[in-house]
Amino acid sequence: MNPQSRFGGVLRWESMLGLVLIFEVILFASLSPYFLNIWTLSDATFNFTERAVIALPLALLIIAGEIDISVAAIIALASVTMGLAAGQGVGTPGLVAVGLGTGLVAGAINGALVTIGRVPSIVATIGTMTLFRGVAYAVLGDRVLKDYPASFSVFGQGYAVGPLSIELTLVIVLAIVFGVFLHQTRWGRTIYALGANPIAARWSGVPVDRYRFMLFAVTGLSSGLAAVLLTSRLGSTRPSIAQGWELEIISMVILGGVSVWGGKGTIPGVMLAAVVLGLVNFGLGLLNVPGIVMSIIVGSLLILVVAAPVLAGRWSASRLARRAT
Amino acid sequence: MTQNSAARRDLALGLIVLLLLGLVTAAFPQFARPGNLAEVLDDSAILILLALGQMLVILTRGIDLSVAANLALSGMVVALFNRNYPDAGVVPVLVMAIGSGALLGLLNGMLVWRLKLPPIVVTLGTMSVYRGLIYLLSGGTWVNDNQMSADFLGLVRFEVLGLTVLAWLAIIAAAVAAFAMRYTGSGRDFYAAGGNPAAATYTGLDPGRMQCLAYTICGAIAGLCGYLWVARFAVAYTDIALGFELQVIAACLIGGVAIAGGIGTVAGVVLGCLFIGVIRNALPLIGISPFWQMGINGMVIVAAAVLSARRREDKRSILETRAA
Repeated sequence: MNPQSRFGGVLRWESMLGLVLIFEVILFASLSPYFLNIWTLSDATFNFTERAVIALPLALLIIAGEIDISVAAIIALASVTMGLAAGQGVGTPGLVAVGLGTGLVAGAINGALVTIGRVPSIVATIGTMTLFRGVAYAVLGDRVLKDYPASFSVFGQGYAVGPLSIELTLVIVLAIVFGVFLHQTRWGRTIYALGANPIAARWSGVPVDRYRFMLFAVTGLSSGLAAVLLTSRLGSTRPSIAQGWELEIISMVILGGVSVWGGKGTIPGVMLAAVVLGLVNFGLGLLNVPGIVMSIIVGSLLILVVAAPVLAGRWSASRLARRAT
Repeated sequence: MTQNSAARRDLALGLIVLLLLGLVTAAFPQFARPGNLAEVLDDSAILILLALGQMLVILTRGIDLSVAANLALSGMVVALFNRNYPDAGVVPVLVMAIGSGALLGLLNGMLVWRLKLPPIVVTLGTMSVYRGLIYLLSGGTWVNDNQMSADFLGLVRFEVLGLTVLAWLAIIAAAVAAFAMRYTGSGRDFYAAGGNPAAATYTGLDPGRMQCLAYTICGAIAGLCGYLWVARFAVAYTDIALGFELQVIAACLIGGVAIAGGIGTVAGVVLGCLFIGVIRNALPLIGISPFWQMGINGMVIVAAAVLSARRREDKRSILETRAA
């Protein structure tokens, strides 16, 4: 596949997501009179903001040909350390530092396992997922931590300007940072090279392991940030916090057009997918459709998304063959 | 060489499990009572069955995240059937459980084989879909033990020679798998298809077809376990065995199955399951909260992964097989 047609395909993919988004807005607006209210829409964004914070670095990681399944477990671990620190009377800035620090350390452990330990990333992060979540359960058992200072709630419940929440502002800023990094810098190009052909990248003098380590560390740090936001919004910590999110976040990234084989994907695509999924979630809630039905839709979409290019390729190939004869 | 290192690994894991048993027994002699050991085996039986199926899938370079959802869906199907036709007996229930499981597994397999889709994405998708279907099928209701017939509940508990039918099933399955994987052509084909798909293709073996077969067998086992699970715990609802797929994969990884495919033994997998089973049953006895189980599993997976990666270091220093 030449680069031009790939670029064309990506463009098509994103415009398709855009169309789905418009369709969604029209559908929900016509089904529920409460949907097109600026505060309703503002509320709806909480359905994807925390997940999107992790989806951004995870997209880079998957483009680089790796994967991290432990992100939701890192949220749980970071939330538990924050909860314990809050119990010791640590103030809000200290809590944020604890949350981010825990995430960074957890991400660095993943990175070290993959680069120094030479463990395939899926095995390493299945292990650390079990480990991190396990530590959260071991420490907390069936207890709940909720000694958070009142000022801590600002991150998850505060608003920057009018109905624009702090969480959404943060996601927009991060999306721009990650987008510029991936699409406009040399490091971003290197990440594509890494995923498209790691051996060629290594022979071209790319410090492959350093990139991998940094990507895992940043993913961990972002999971720590998501833990700060989610804990602040909920105001409490249970060891089951963010259970199953890893799959939702990976679905988000793949629906955004990132290839699980690495080397392909864009930040605008991932952000569009985040908004689309968040709105579906919210809209179905508005229509009293149970969340589990949503999982059927997301699951089918996920398979459809990876199957569609294959089927389309096969179809055009057979058409070409027919024309040739 | 691979054979030897695998045998050595199994031996080491076996010694670790025995050591674990010895330590617990030294502190709590009642743990080694035959009755209690039988209970440990009964408790690990479903994990062993599922891990054997998962092993086939991982051997052929796949992964099946949908086993627990498949189990739950097939379990709900037979629970509803049993509720509506309590007099039909257990045979149709078994046929139905295995059939529904195999069908769900076949769907995974066809998507991976025919469309060449990445296994992790396919089974991630079908996991959500299967789980959602349980809700649609049951309307979110529970099927409780008073809605299950006596033979439906009784079969798994029936004891032969001091062991439950459930435990015997695991033993028989492990024995059959151990024999088939070592001495039959199709057993060796799984190793060939996963160890080196290109070479396997040249010998006339379709690795994709083996993958599809592995998924179907894994699915059939998951379906059977659906009945076993529902009958053992005497309840069926949307969330049964939620997240259990990770414990199954963990058991395989602890047992030495390589995620890159082609490496793994039945003995290793069974020992991996027993390791988890012994810890799970010993923890409450030693007075450690069962909440530690998950953390211990995590530590063991990480340790096992680092150790086995080290051993194959020479092979994968530059050419890395992608694990997904």
